[in-house]
Amino acid sequence: MEPMILEYTVSADDFSGAGEASGDVKKTLKSLGFPPEVIRRVSVAMYEAEINMVIHARGGKITVEISPDEIRVCCEDVGPGIPDIDLAMQEGWSTASDKVRGLGFGAGMGLPNIKKYTDYLDIKTVVGQGTTLTMSVAV
Amino acid sequence: MKIREISQLLDAKLYTGEEMLDREVHNGFSCDLMSDVLAYAENEAVLLTGLVNPQVIRTAEMMDIVCLVFVRGKEPTEAMIKLAEERSIVIMSTDKRMFTSCGILHDAGLKSGDE
Ligand SMILES: Nc1ncnc2c1ncn2[C@@H]1O[C@H](COP(=O)(O)OP(=O)(O)O)[C@@H](O)[C@H]1O
Ligand SMILES: [Mg+2]
Repeated sequence: MEPMILEYTVSADDFSGAGEASGDVKKTLKSLGFPPEVIRRVSVAMYEAEINMVIHARGGKITVEISPDEIRVCCEDVGPGIPDIDLAMQEGWSTASDKVRGLGFGAGMGLPNIKKYTDYLDIKTVVGQGTTLTMSVAV
Repeated sequence: MKIREISQLLDAKLYTGEEMLDREVHNGFSCDLMSDVLAYAENEAVLLTGLVNPQVIRTAEMMDIVCLVFVRGKEPTEAMIKLAEERSIVIMSTDKRMFTSCGILHDAGLKSGDE
């Protein structure tokens, strides 16, 4: 069976809109009858990635591929890139501004959270060019 | 306990979710950091927070939190109320502080997901 493909543009202009794409995916997965635990894992991981695109990378593009046995999420941005991925993966490491922290984010838990909730995570990043984060959750 | 009891115990003002007041909830979580809610909340259906912005509603949505309590008299904006209504999330606001609110609810039987 062909996977169902959903595409989203994530804008960095409006912080309050961050999460719109993840919410839509959550709704779609629910309507398709996926198990609640799978839906929770996909939506939290994608939401963290969506927030990262907004607070660290001026927005980007998300593509979601839904198959009966796997949900794959690819987040692409043309932001500043991540100089040291090992450091970025550490709990508590964050370059977020005080403004972002005041909004409840920037605790450095996003990438570790994504790792925790997914079965596969790959981060390709080039400083000055952007970051592509691909993750998947097995059903 | 029922969501209705939460609003009564905290003497809270209700903004959304009148029709959900009879729903049973068992666990609560309190935090101002949405990153921590996303990392540590388990099956908590109630979130008490002093943070007021639309991402609180979105975090609740992702975590299947059905009831949000804003403490210290903080009020949600119109945009937040709309987001919450669309997602069937109850919003209430209490004048009580965080510690007091958590204590009252815990005494009345609302537990933390890790207890
Ligand atoms: N898409 C991205 N583009 C550039 N840098 C990023 C991106 N995602 C994450 N980072 C970097 O990795 C760090 C850790 O990310 P994360 O664990 O989500 O924590 P937080 O977002 O709270 O800072 C960020 O502070 C930032 O420096
Ligand atoms: Mg993050």
